[in-house]
Amino acid sequence: MSIAEAPLETVGKVKRPPRLFARMMRQRQAQLGLALTVLVLAVALLGPLLLPWITGFTSTEFTGRPFKPVGMFGTDNLGRDVLSRFLDGGLRLIVYAALATLLGMAAGVAVGMTAAYSAGRLDGLIMRGNDVLLALPQLVFALLAITVLGPKGWVLVVVIGITHAPRIARVTRSATASVITEDYIRASEMYAVPKWKILVTEVLPNITGPLMVELGLRMTYSIGFVASLSFLGLGMQPPTADWGLMINENRIALVVQPWGVILPVLAIAVLTVGTNLLTDSLARASANLNAGNQP
Amino acid sequence: MSTTVIEQHKTTSALSATGLRVSTVTGAEILHGISFTLQPGRILALVGESGSGKTTAGLACMGHFRQGLELTGGSVTLNGGEQGNLLELPEHQLRTLRGGEISYVPQDPALSLNPAMRIGEQILETLRVHHFGDATAERLERVAEVLAEVGLDNSRSYQRRYPHQLSGGQQQRVGIAMAFACRPAVMVLDEPTTGLDVTTQAVVLETIDQLAERHQVAGLYITHDLAVVATVADEVAVMLAGDIVEHGSTDQVLFSPSHPYTRRLLRAVPDLAGKRRVGEVEAITGEHPLVVPGPLGIPDTTTATPRADDAKLLPATVAVREQESAPLLQVRGLALSYGGHKVLNGIDFELMEGESIMLLGESGSGKTTLSRCMAGLNDNYTGAVELSGAELATGTRKRSAGDRRRIQYVFQSPFSSLNPRRTIAESVGVPLQMAGVGNRRDRRAKVLEALDQVRLGGSYMDRRPGELSGGERQRAAIARALVNAPSLLVCDEITSALDVSVQASILDLLRTLQSETGMSMLFVTHNIALARHISQRLAVLQKGRIVDLGTTEDVLTNPQHGYTQELLANVPTF
Repeated sequence: MSIAEAPLETVGKVKRPPRLFARMMRQRQAQLGLALTVLVLAVALLGPLLLPWITGFTSTEFTGRPFKPVGMFGTDNLGRDVLSRFLDGGLRLIVYAALATLLGMAAGVAVGMTAAYSAGRLDGLIMRGNDVLLALPQLVFALLAITVLGPKGWVLVVVIGITHAPRIARVTRSATASVITEDYIRASEMYAVPKWKILVTEVLPNITGPLMVELGLRMTYSIGFVASLSFLGLGMQPPTADWGLMINENRIALVVQPWGVILPVLAIAVLTVGTNLLTDSLARASANLNAGNQP
Repeated sequence: MSTTVIEQHKTTSALSATGLRVSTVTGAEILHGISFTLQPGRILALVGESGSGKTTAGLACMGHFRQGLELTGGSVTLNGGEQGNLLELPEHQLRTLRGGEISYVPQDPALSLNPAMRIGEQILETLRVHHFGDATAERLERVAEVLAEVGLDNSRSYQRRYPHQLSGGQQQRVGIAMAFACRPAVMVLDEPTTGLDVTTQAVVLETIDQLAERHQVAGLYITHDLAVVATVADEVAVMLAGDIVEHGSTDQVLFSPSHPYTRRLLRAVPDLAGKRRVGEVEAITGEHPLVVPGPLGIPDTTTATPRADDAKLLPATVAVREQESAPLLQVRGLALSYGGHKVLNGIDFELMEGESIMLLGESGSGKTTLSRCMAGLNDNYTGAVELSGAELATGTRKRSAGDRRRIQYVFQSPFSSLNPRRTIAESVGVPLQMAGVGNRRDRRAKVLEALDQVRLGGSYMDRRPGELSGGERQRAAIARALVNAPSLLVCDEITSALDVSVQASILDLLRTLQSETGMSMLFVTHNIALARHISQRLAVLQKGRIVDLGTTEDVLTNPQHGYTQELLANVPTF
């Protein structure tokens, strides 16, 4: 190595910008979002464990007459304890939403990467098929499928996951398309690395930024969908405790005994806002190296 | 013209920067208080390697600092200082100065012109923004005038062209025309010819030179190319890590440099004549012996006592060829076309064992396509590529593991050829993995060996490309090609993205590797000045045909084809 290269070496070691997550967490709104999300998650995850002890009732036990101010937040339409049902009703919602999101991500990412990498006719075929799925409104498709297959947990997860997939596939395809022109992909091809392996080891790690953003966004939507379907009576079935279902059950007595609606609405709203804030700051961090720097 | 002559006497400086200090927002200083003065009609070249702060200095002249940078001291005054310190002006006043009094020509014309706007309209827009003239008619007149001044056709139909309808050189001249439209006093040119071919570069440089002289514009020419400096600049300032280490007239700096860094930089510049020794290892041509392989294609290290074939006494190469029954690589009738466009039009050549051949061509000549056909990255060619007499399948996936191992290809840009998310050891280990070395420990041992070969060493194993400089990355990319002990290394423009000193060290490395391993090498480049430093034979490619092929000495001293003669005439030298 010649001596003339020496100044360059030092330049290469200028402090490197913080990693994606560090950049994300430097932002005020990300910290707020994380706090909100963790709060609701804690309620949803710990709630079922605390149940009979903290309130004295299980979530399906009758405690008195309907819509009476018994206990901390009163009773619901069938005389069950609202707080118990609230504590018990979040876990399923979040688990279903998470599973649906993961399923959608897995399918969408696989399809999107395949389309971008194969290019040509297969790409066209996949993406036009995608467009057909996109033409159906997400909720209508879910309603249809659940009416046919019945309101079971797995149906909920699969249907929401499938309706997410084409949207995720589009994002994945465009992210992949900008990566596959890089020479390191061509280098792998030169060494005859199997195509699936190129996608997994070379492409996937380089598109995690946009995918994380998409993950957050789809998670928010999934929560909304699961809650709405339960509200419509097509998700969780009574007597299961569920936030979406609670809103539906108790909305008739909104004036008399508002807590049965307010608690689940608040939880869903806070969770959605929290994940949205997180997603937003993640998107900003992945687009801009200086995100979160104090001006 | 008479007014400008008076002006020249009146104002001594068009722009003067004093004690410029710029640092990053985190506190690292980029410029350590540099000062320079630009005079009307003269061009100051700011020379330095990447990261030396030359572009930062150029932009600071216009009061612009890139994101993450801030000014910490110094002043810039225009035209003797009537407007005071330019760096203290409010943003709206700066905006009227930029493009009006002081203009900027960016590096890549393809990126800096708006692809959706006709070129005439783009120049007109600049004039309109700066309220040049009173009416559109007057501005249109100026558009036509300035196009003529940069040597372009100024007809209405030409002005209605889009940037993509122009060649790279024409685009850059449109960029210069835009910068020159409002008759600025100062022009900052940021590597305006870096992406251009030598022939085009010569034309653009001439345009800049004429403009500066005829219209008494002061120029700040930012470049890393010392040969260009010799052609265009009146004065040179050499920058090293944010400091100007040497400043003087072009002749003085280039021919009697006083600072050791300048001397080192100059030594690293390859010259056509091959008089300079780039790097520490001798140039291949001339003194370098052709590596004589032992039986079975393995270089016979025991008898590798220098068979000092002087490339100037040519028969030596020929003699080797007679001994060998078949060359290592033989290309016959290679052709490739995209639709009706013929990229390669019947290529024939052969490469002996241990020989280094340079493939020279300008952009669009098909040199990358040709080298990729050989490496198997393009599989839609017709014709034959034979390795040791056996014809190779077209694509890498169809070739046998052995064939893939024997031909290795190094990509042009080290910034794109290594996966940023994988460690160097992982990237370098890929060829081994595909060649069937399943054991992780074996792979790491071989990777370490390859990294040692390219003088990187084990400490680089678990680092990622982002932590490496351009030169180090290119070494890692070469290590990936070497890890399987190839018989032919195809180097596609591997030094074009690198600084001259790094280029010198890479050339050094390649020459050493070649003599160590006895592999053959195909060195693809657009830089004819490298010829005498790397290759024994030279092939000149133009529009998909080899127009000149012979020993380096022969081709350079006695070019047969008109194209080669033109290329040789346009090489900037000093």
